[in-house]
Amino acid sequence: MLSIQNLHVSVGEKPILKGLTLDVPAGEVHAIMGPNGAGKSTLGYALSGRPGYEATEGSVEWAGEDMLALDPAARAARGVFLSFQYPIEIPGVPALTFVRTSLNAQKRARGEEEVSAPAFLKQVKAAATALKMDFDMLKRPLNVGFSGGEKKRMEILQMALLEPSLLILDETDSGLDIDALRIVSEGVNALRSPDRAMLVITHYQRLLDYIKPDRVHVLAAGRIVASGGPELALKLEAEGYDQYLPVAA
Amino acid sequence: MTVIDLKDITTIPSRRTEAWKYSDLRRYLRDEPPISPRLPEGEPNDGPFKALTTNELLIANGRLNWWSENDMDDGVFCTSHASPDAPRMAEEMPMGALAAAKALDDTHIVTFKAGSPRTLALRWLSDAVKTGHHARVGLVVEAGAQATLLESYEGSGDGYLANHLIEIFVEEGANLERIVLVEEPASAVSVSSAEVHVSKGAHFAQTTVASGAALQRLETRVAHPGEGASVRLDGLYTLGDARHTDLTSIVSHDGINGQTSQLTKGVVRGTARGVFQGKIVVERGADGTDARMGHHALILGERAEIDAKPELVIYADDVQCAHGNTVGNLDESALFYMQQRGIPLDEARALLTQAFLIEVVDRIEHEQAREVVRSWLTERL
Repeated sequence: MLSIQNLHVSVGEKPILKGLTLDVPAGEVHAIMGPNGAGKSTLGYALSGRPGYEATEGSVEWAGEDMLALDPAARAARGVFLSFQYPIEIPGVPALTFVRTSLNAQKRARGEEEVSAPAFLKQVKAAATALKMDFDMLKRPLNVGFSGGEKKRMEILQMALLEPSLLILDETDSGLDIDALRIVSEGVNALRSPDRAMLVITHYQRLLDYIKPDRVHVLAAGRIVASGGPELALKLEAEGYDQYLPVAA
Repeated sequence: MTVIDLKDITTIPSRRTEAWKYSDLRRYLRDEPPISPRLPEGEPNDGPFKALTTNELLIANGRLNWWSENDMDDGVFCTSHASPDAPRMAEEMPMGALAAAKALDDTHIVTFKAGSPRTLALRWLSDAVKTGHHARVGLVVEAGAQATLLESYEGSGDGYLANHLIEIFVEEGANLERIVLVEEPASAVSVSSAEVHVSKGAHFAQTTVASGAALQRLETRVAHPGEGASVRLDGLYTLGDARHTDLTSIVSHDGINGQTSQLTKGVVRGTARGVFQGKIVVERGADGTDARMGHHALILGERAEIDAKPELVIYADDVQCAHGNTVGNLDESALFYMQQRGIPLDEARALLTQAFLIEVVDRIEHEQAREVVRSWLTERL
């Protein structure tokens, strides 16, 4: 269970999250929707520990452990995975090398045995096929010269190989055409399981047609201002976020 | 430039000397150091390139210590000269001139004959405490020959002055790749001056890899004839603590249709200081010259410093020349991204730094030497 209590986060001097409280039980997919500037991406960064996004107040627990006390790599080793809205290009580091380094670093941190090169290659090939990715692309430096859609697939490929337990998807649908959206969503859905929790951050309802949430929350002005079932997403799509703005202000 | 006399401090280049303004030699050479002791002769320890060749010339504390005469294949031989001519570029490289004047031994000249590809490990060993030594070596790559020079500066001891001169002649249509690995104590003062004379249709490639010393200067001057000759002049430095390295080079294009490609990359931490002075001169009439120079550095310590002086001096009309110089830090968002995937911060920094520097290693043509340098680099990040 992910348990966020009264989370306050400032970026620079500016308060962005102002007392956000949210529980996501294992096995559930929760969507976070909200207008631009509501603090959606900040939430993803704060949960994963990005420098400059530290909590000034409140708590975050995942699987009973205080996440805020851990650095980003330690959180990752405990299963936290943030799929970036804009995945970063890493010149000079082939995608394969990058993912294997990540996987083995996580395994070392957990006291597990590292994965051998042949076993890893086999896993990668299977995962790449499922996402309809060209294996040769993985020999290129990570995300360098990849299209927007390729970068997003690369995120899902990493997710499939790292097998995180808390998945945070930040605007995963941005930059994807319909075919890519379907493939990426299938990749995400394949990871749904009773011991995993997912937080799907999105501005539009569209993604939720493919990744069906158990709960939908509206994030506005740094707090959760409304929660409901999947029907809330449809209502938001029809009516917009306007009604939540005065409430939050 | 003034002739250096170690007994007269006013003759030693200082920060007031334009060519030495970032490497204040005078500060370190207040008194002439006594002469370094002769090291015992005999089969030496392994150098960094031991596995790559059996041809080896070892100069220890300025004197010939080991010459693998018995292992030499026919196409590589060495001769010694008691009174050789003065170096041609003595004027421009005062420390090189000093090395020739004060050399503790004869000048040893290695010649590579044409035929199958030749290799030589040239090792400059310094094992000295507060003493100084000077030495001079020559290298001739005969017309049409192909050779790889695997050169290492291996230092131990404390506070020594090592001053070395190497003169290289790459004759018509010959090909020489020079890979230089420099590893010296933090207290050493070390100057290596190289003058390279390239003939038409020849190819000279160089990669200098440095980790600094109290003051370390690795200078290369190339006389480029144009005439279809090509030169690659690369450098790599990784410096920590208070180390200093200075990669200075001048390439003079004196004829038409010459090519020069230069790429230097470095990283500095602590209070280290990296100096890059690269100059390409295209003389009048050297039309069709294609010259590119790049220097890119990372500063990973708040008190570390980079001094870069890239220069293109062009007197010809029809040329293609470009230079680029950047100094920066590791990308914070890339570091976070890597940590988010589970890579600890130190490892992420090392991986990004290596990725930044590896471009220079990848340009090394000799495959096994490339792997030696790659491992050397990985161990130091």
